[in-house]
Amino acid sequence: MRALIIRGGRVIDPANKRDEVGDLYIADGKIAEKSAIRNQKSEIEEIDARNLIVAPGLIDVHVHLREPGFSHKETIESGARAAAAGGFTTVVCMPNTSPTADNPSTIAWIKDRAAAAACVNVLPTGAISKNLAGEELAPIGSLAQAGVVAVTDDGQCVQNHEVMRRAVEYARMVGVPVLDHCQDYNLVGNGVVHEGYWSTLLGLPGWPAMGEEAMVMRNILLAELCDHHIHCQHVTTAGSVRLIREARARGVKISGEVCPHHIALTDEAIQNFDTNYKMNPPLRSPTDVDALLEGIADGTLSVLCSDHAPHADFEKEVEFDAAPFGIIGLETELGLFLDLLVHKHRKIDIARLIAMYTIEPAQLLRVDAGTLSVGARADVTLIDPELEWTVRVDQFQSASRNSPFDGWKIKGRAVRTIVGGETVWKL
Amino acid sequence: MTTRWTRKDLLGLRELSADEINFVLETADAFKQVGTREIKKVPALRGKTLVNFFVEPSTRTRTSFELAAFRLSADVINISATTSSLTKGETLKDTARNLEALHTDILVLRHSSAGAPQFLANRVRASVINAGDGAHEHPTQALLDLYTIRERRGKIAGLHVAIIGDVLFSRVARSNIFGLLKLGARVTLVGPSTLVPREFEKLGVEVSHKIEDVLPKADVVNLLRIQHERQRREYFPGLGEYIRLFGLTKERAKLLKPDCVIMHPGPINRGVEIDSDVADGLQSVILDQVTNGLAVRMAVLYLCGGIAT
Repeated sequence: MRALIIRGGRVIDPANKRDEVGDLYIADGKIAEKSAIRNQKSEIEEIDARNLIVAPGLIDVHVHLREPGFSHKETIESGARAAAAGGFTTVVCMPNTSPTADNPSTIAWIKDRAAAAACVNVLPTGAISKNLAGEELAPIGSLAQAGVVAVTDDGQCVQNHEVMRRAVEYARMVGVPVLDHCQDYNLVGNGVVHEGYWSTLLGLPGWPAMGEEAMVMRNILLAELCDHHIHCQHVTTAGSVRLIREARARGVKISGEVCPHHIALTDEAIQNFDTNYKMNPPLRSPTDVDALLEGIADGTLSVLCSDHAPHADFEKEVEFDAAPFGIIGLETELGLFLDLLVHKHRKIDIARLIAMYTIEPAQLLRVDAGTLSVGARADVTLIDPELEWTVRVDQFQSASRNSPFDGWKIKGRAVRTIVGGETVWKL
Repeated sequence: MTTRWTRKDLLGLRELSADEINFVLETADAFKQVGTREIKKVPALRGKTLVNFFVEPSTRTRTSFELAAFRLSADVINISATTSSLTKGETLKDTARNLEALHTDILVLRHSSAGAPQFLANRVRASVINAGDGAHEHPTQALLDLYTIRERRGKIAGLHVAIIGDVLFSRVARSNIFGLLKLGARVTLVGPSTLVPREFEKLGVEVSHKIEDVLPKADVVNLLRIQHERQRREYFPGLGEYIRLFGLTKERAKLLKPDCVIMHPGPINRGVEIDSDVADGLQSVILDQVTNGLAVRMAVLYLCGGIAT
């Protein structure tokens, strides 16, 4: 039997409403009582956590690990290492792989690959529709049996409301939540940046805020109709925040997540046509950023995530129109959110930030993670909220480098990541 | 003339100062005179290699740049999308680096993607001249428009310029807006609300959806081509309705002040944005624009080509 004592840290465990300076005990890969350790005869490792925060292992509900099919961008192994380096012990990977994760055998392949190569927990999602085409339902029941934690057509969005309605009803039956990338194709057209001042000035095709809001509204109505949870991925507009806030006040099963780039940057950043600022949904206006911050502060937006989207340099280093959407984020998101939400804008305290990365996503996905309860798997993240550091993309664990945050000075980061009692990454 | 030009590239008018714009126009004055000589050639760029790299089709701009380069004694090659390796999957960056490996000094780029010239300028040593990028900028077109206005009206500051048509998708409109505002003109954009959204007011221009209100006040009208061949149906109901609401018909042309100048970047759609008689009328300077385009492009190639070495 092996034991680990994490001593003297500020233990923040929102699931158990614990926030105190103390020790955390781990035995045989699980959170343990102090008494269980005292009886140990075998080796006991100790970690000095003074001035650190001891948090449940963080969960990122929205990452692209690119396998199978796009291992030149990222692999399950490299993506998991990036997650560990960012302080994440669990990541939820999106189904837009090749082949698409719209069938149980692809899910089985991802789980096998993760078991063999990933240093963190990898939870797959399955597609809502076959080939993410938005026309026919994927075998959602079989996907659920194969172990997906949610269904989503992320990267795509089911346009046909009837198809989406049946998908939500079906997902309710088999007990998996629905995650949706909210984008109305007719309104968005070939838009590549937020429709507003900068798209007008630069002559780039605009992606209007309403293109997101129309689908957020659709999802609110469907969540009510089907009495099932729909989670809106990467919410970016003031209108979306208002719609979700009103719906949640009425008790609708709707939620939303935020990515750091959508609060760290605005559409002004696109003016030099650097494709590291091209993402979907796009960077929005300062008004939208303010609304996102308020939505985080009042609990309307309850989950933080990265939308980690690796692309090779030769894919990103092209004309703005031609470049793929997306940036990597696993290794910068915690630092950016700590810096912006806790230190700079003071919108939430650090305990709420940890809740948005642990108990909130765990409840959303109904997974056994995100707590420091005795008996839980010992996934723990040690965070130094005051540590100042500089982002260096060339030191990233990710296989890709497409980040707009290279060179940013950030306050706060994870310093050690523990999965099942084993340290998988250490600063 | 003291040297007031320090740029390797000409990417757009938004980044230029009024002084820099005026300096190009003054330089063009000297080159315009060259075109009237028996021997229309100067040795300014002798020994330099210019590549006309037109990823998007163009006849008049490419020809104008080609002639401008010939008259400056540069060696010129033309590459189009179909003759380049882009069709074989090569990236724009690699194509440009290959051209640079052949010691290209000046790269004139026409591209359907906004920002493509800036993308290249950041990655090659050669001068990059933007010959039109998506709906972003077409700086030499705006410079020749400014040159033509100045030639006809003696000044630009204080003039009221109406830009009429498909502004949303127009790089000519954007470059004209930037240049005209920097030189002190007043600008009104005219067209259907779908093609001239109010968002443009934030750029410092006025927006009107009623052409009859604007024509009597204008000192210059610049008509943009209605690109119906690539217009999506939802932007306006059809050419017939466009002509009815926004076409510069013979009747509407009577509203213009006698000294108002009519411009068009070409190619014109006779009977659509402009009536045939109006296009050929005394107020029209459409062919002067073409002639001046040559002088302005010589000036731009001369100035940027001189910096690159």
